[in-house]
Amino acid sequence: MFGPDDDPGSSFVSLLRRVGIEPFGVESASGVGAVNAPHGTTVLALRFEDGVVMAGDRRATMGHRISNREMEKVVPADRFSGVAIAGTAGPAMDMIKVFQLQLEHFEKLDGRPISLEGKANQLSQLVRANLPAAMQGLGVSPIFAGYDLLRRTGRLWDFDLTGGRYEERDFVAIGSGGGPASTVLKVGYRPGMTVDDAVTLACRALHEAADVDAATGGADALRGIYPVVATITSDGWSRRADTDLAPRFEAFLAEQRAILGGGAS
Amino acid sequence: MSQPFYVSPEQVMKDRADYARKGIARGRALVAVQYSDGIVLVAENTSNTLRKISEIYDRIGFAGVGKYNEFDQLRRFGVRNADVKGYQYSRDDVEARSLANEYAQILGQTFTHEMKPLEVEILVAEVGFTQESDQLFHIMYDGTLVDEQGMSVLGGDAESIADRLSDTWRKEDDLRSAVRGCVAALSGPDRTLGASDTEVAVLARSNGRRCFRRLDDAEVVALLA
Repeated sequence: MFGPDDDPGSSFVSLLRRVGIEPFGVESASGVGAVNAPHGTTVLALRFEDGVVMAGDRRATMGHRISNREMEKVVPADRFSGVAIAGTAGPAMDMIKVFQLQLEHFEKLDGRPISLEGKANQLSQLVRANLPAAMQGLGVSPIFAGYDLLRRTGRLWDFDLTGGRYEERDFVAIGSGGGPASTVLKVGYRPGMTVDDAVTLACRALHEAADVDAATGGADALRGIYPVVATITSDGWSRRADTDLAPRFEAFLAEQRAILGGGAS
Repeated sequence: MSQPFYVSPEQVMKDRADYARKGIARGRALVAVQYSDGIVLVAENTSNTLRKISEIYDRIGFAGVGKYNEFDQLRRFGVRNADVKGYQYSRDDVEARSLANEYAQILGQTFTHEMKPLEVEILVAEVGFTQESDQLFHIMYDGTLVDEQGMSVLGGDAESIADRLSDTWRKEDDLRSAVRGCVAALSGPDRTLGASDTEVAVLARSNGRRCFRRLDDAEVVALLA
């Protein structure tokens, strides 16, 4: 037990350090150059009338090789928020684990959850703590989104490698396929969209990103692997079933077939 | 230089035990019982903010009676201990038995080595995947650790509450009858307790990963109606 003068408070990271565990292993940039580790790719979030939609493809690559087809880069942080990660898979998964624990630990110790803005702030501190690793090419850049129970609205943030935290108004897409995905979101976004339209738009953005970016995986009907798409509303986190997503991707293909007139291009 | 009077170790321990028991008996009692979907914990507590029952980990709950600041300190220790262990090993490696042992060590050490014993009695409850693997560990002010079967009563007047509870309690009960039985046992024949006088929480198997759930006043009112 800790006395009043060495109490680590409600922070899980402070607690880990107090008991001698450093959650972010890389201490300083020693200049070994970029480490070749699996990378994750296109993830996005957008607002709709009742909250936010988060989505991400499933592919992880190592150089030109697909190292994993089923990676989940969009995960719940707690009941009312989620985090999506682009960047090096290993440190990203560790960061998500620490972040989830940080939120749960605070909630249990203090008897109430952190505010949504407080959670975004916590994540920004974790990203900053990972900066030495980012200097060696093990960078992690997340999106954080959730339902703000105080303001009764969905909100979303993206971060840079130094922990800079930027609240976005309507949508954001990051990762190697973030460019084309952003463009799709920008063209298709309407304020106050229904949940169904927002989910379709998220799928469309991933579909187009996968079409031009080799490191982004599309819907894989052959293996039955579909992107992770989830909504966060006042009812909390809810992941869309593959059976809900499959017809949407099927429709994109049908549309393209019609345009191409059955010919190859 | 004056010599201190000789006091026999028996007397020292007896005085400390009396002191702790008196402190605990001043507070209000708490009960925990198994029911069909897990474990329900009911405390007599008029405060809506200072909790006697709380969550430690996915399947583990904590309850304390006696001096609030002392059992709350133990609660914080439990949450920290469990979260660090789950981080270092796996969520499956966090279990009530080892936590209960650590609590027993802390309470026992304090009882024998400090001037003042902790005036608390605590309960560590773990809901299993089946009813047979549910666990209730009751830890006394002096570190005595008891593995209780089915039901546990903490605090002042525990014996008569346990008598009343064992008359009504069945482990096959649903939540409604379990809560009603607990509240009736706590209140006794001469008074009635309402939702605002009680604090109710469950560790429910059907609750997903985090089994702990606090019941708000409206839910308790509905269960008691």
